[in-house]
Amino acid sequence: MKNLKTNKTKFTRGFLVHVTLITVSLLSIFPFIWLLSTALKGSEENIFQYPPVFFPQSPTWDNFKGVWHQIPFMLYFLNSMIVAGGTVILNLILSALAAYPLARMEFKGKKTIFYATLATIMIPFQAIMLPVYLIVLKLHMVDSVNSVMGYLGLILPFAVNAFGIFLMRQAFLAIPKEMEEAAFVDGCSVFQIWWKVLLPMVKPTLAVLAIFTFIGSWGEFLWPSIVLTKKALYTLPVGVNDLQGMFSANWRYIAAGSIIATIPILVFFIAMQRYFISGENDGAVKG
Amino acid sequence: MYKYYKKYVPYLFLLPAAVILVLFFFIPFFETILLSFYDYNTNIYHPSFVSLANYTALLKSPVFYKVLWNTFLYLIVAVPFLVVFPLIIAIMINQKIRGVTLYKILIYLPVIVSIVVAAIAFKWLYAQQGILNYVMGVFHIPPVGWLTDPNVALYSVILVTVWKGIGYYMMIYLSALMGVPKDLYEACDVDGANPVTKHLTVTLPHLMPTVGLVTMISSISAMKVFVEIYVMTKGGPLDASKTIVYYIYERAFENLDLGIASAASVLLLIIVLVLSVLNFTLFENKQYQL
Repeated sequence: MKNLKTNKTKFTRGFLVHVTLITVSLLSIFPFIWLLSTALKGSEENIFQYPPVFFPQSPTWDNFKGVWHQIPFMLYFLNSMIVAGGTVILNLILSALAAYPLARMEFKGKKTIFYATLATIMIPFQAIMLPVYLIVLKLHMVDSVNSVMGYLGLILPFAVNAFGIFLMRQAFLAIPKEMEEAAFVDGCSVFQIWWKVLLPMVKPTLAVLAIFTFIGSWGEFLWPSIVLTKKALYTLPVGVNDLQGMFSANWRYIAAGSIIATIPILVFFIAMQRYFISGENDGAVKG
Repeated sequence: MYKYYKKYVPYLFLLPAAVILVLFFFIPFFETILLSFYDYNTNIYHPSFVSLANYTALLKSPVFYKVLWNTFLYLIVAVPFLVVFPLIIAIMINQKIRGVTLYKILIYLPVIVSIVVAAIAFKWLYAQQGILNYVMGVFHIPPVGWLTDPNVALYSVILVTVWKGIGYYMMIYLSALMGVPKDLYEACDVDGANPVTKHLTVTLPHLMPTVGLVTMISSISAMKVFVEIYVMTKGGPLDASKTIVYYIYERAFENLDLGIASAASVLLLIIVLVLSVLNFTLFENKQYQL
């Protein structure tokens, strides 16, 4: 009898857990689903109808086609790729370079450099963005000069940060020192030790750093919206925000445009999902 | 260990990162402080040194008090939700049940999607004739001006921040939960403890450092919130949803009032600095030790 009772409570508990998790999951995606539903409704359907209609009566791609013709999504996508790609590559190289001596070498001023790097974590970009903007202007890294300078202005302020450096440092610390000594005895230069011995051993951490830097850079809005003056260099988030001004009351187009702009990152997320949801990326936590 | 590198080599490796950090962190940091002592309002090309005048101007400005109050509200409303909800969800997900991966993917989705898109999606839910007001109507509650009512707008924006953060903090909790010793749970099962007592007596004490960490990280990000406000309300109506970063942005890039913007920035710097130092000394001290 007792057994039967515990089975029953176990079942009820399991049921409640699933109901809660399903509810939370649905609430997580509902805003997007509703956006999609709106985007699929044709002009003959009233999107403000009461009660709201969840499934479009005659689903149509018209809004997607319409917004695609008016907004250069491919251009924005390429701009985002260039900016996010450049930011990722620079972050990997600069973090791994700086982390090596911090993890492995003894030198004068190490402590100062270590704590100075740590201090940058506590400086929020939002509090210093104005002088950053003035510096970028002085360096002529804005899109009014030319595209290359424009891209540089978007990338360089985020080319490296303390999180990446410390993440790589932790990874280097875990490698046995004998590896470097053996390589040195074999005649490797310091740079070769870094490049040929150490970097291959921290590939998983490099992957984590790359993926999280990519996501961060891809979604960045504040900085591009400050420095960009030309639509030719708009990244996707800036382009999406622009939809609101262009189609002020046309929510079908705004919805369709937002969905289009979300597809690339969605594909990336699904492809890389194990990096996000494995729960093992403790070091990739950012503030 | 034998030193296999020349004396200057460490500096060579550090140099590229140092250039970036100096150019885009340290110089701007000091320049922010410096600019806060100058008046750009009278003539932007010939700023004049005014010592603390920008700070006293801020302290006399009712809008700035409103902004500080909103920022404070943002913090104390958003943070408890971001600390508690993800913890409960993480504990629920962290068991042998079906569909765990799917749940994780769906709940993490808002983290991945651009905050601009998320804000637009919520703006659509919040529309006067939108679906949220319809649902309210079903329960005979009159329609709410989610983004147009000064008493509501701030909370509507906070909801977006909370919604977007849950998956992120859930993953932090999940990775911490993997570190809780399994045998402690087994001991509980032998004692016949129910799940709630089990988590209160075993899980929670083990997760306290993570709870602290999430509190600090979510507080710091609440201080930095910008895009939700920019896309949904532009700080309005009547400054009702204006927080400090939006205020800085507006002062600096719309009014070109660089001095006032910098003084407000210095205040933001100080607040975040205090929160970060607390965070490092209390919770994140392992990774950042020489």
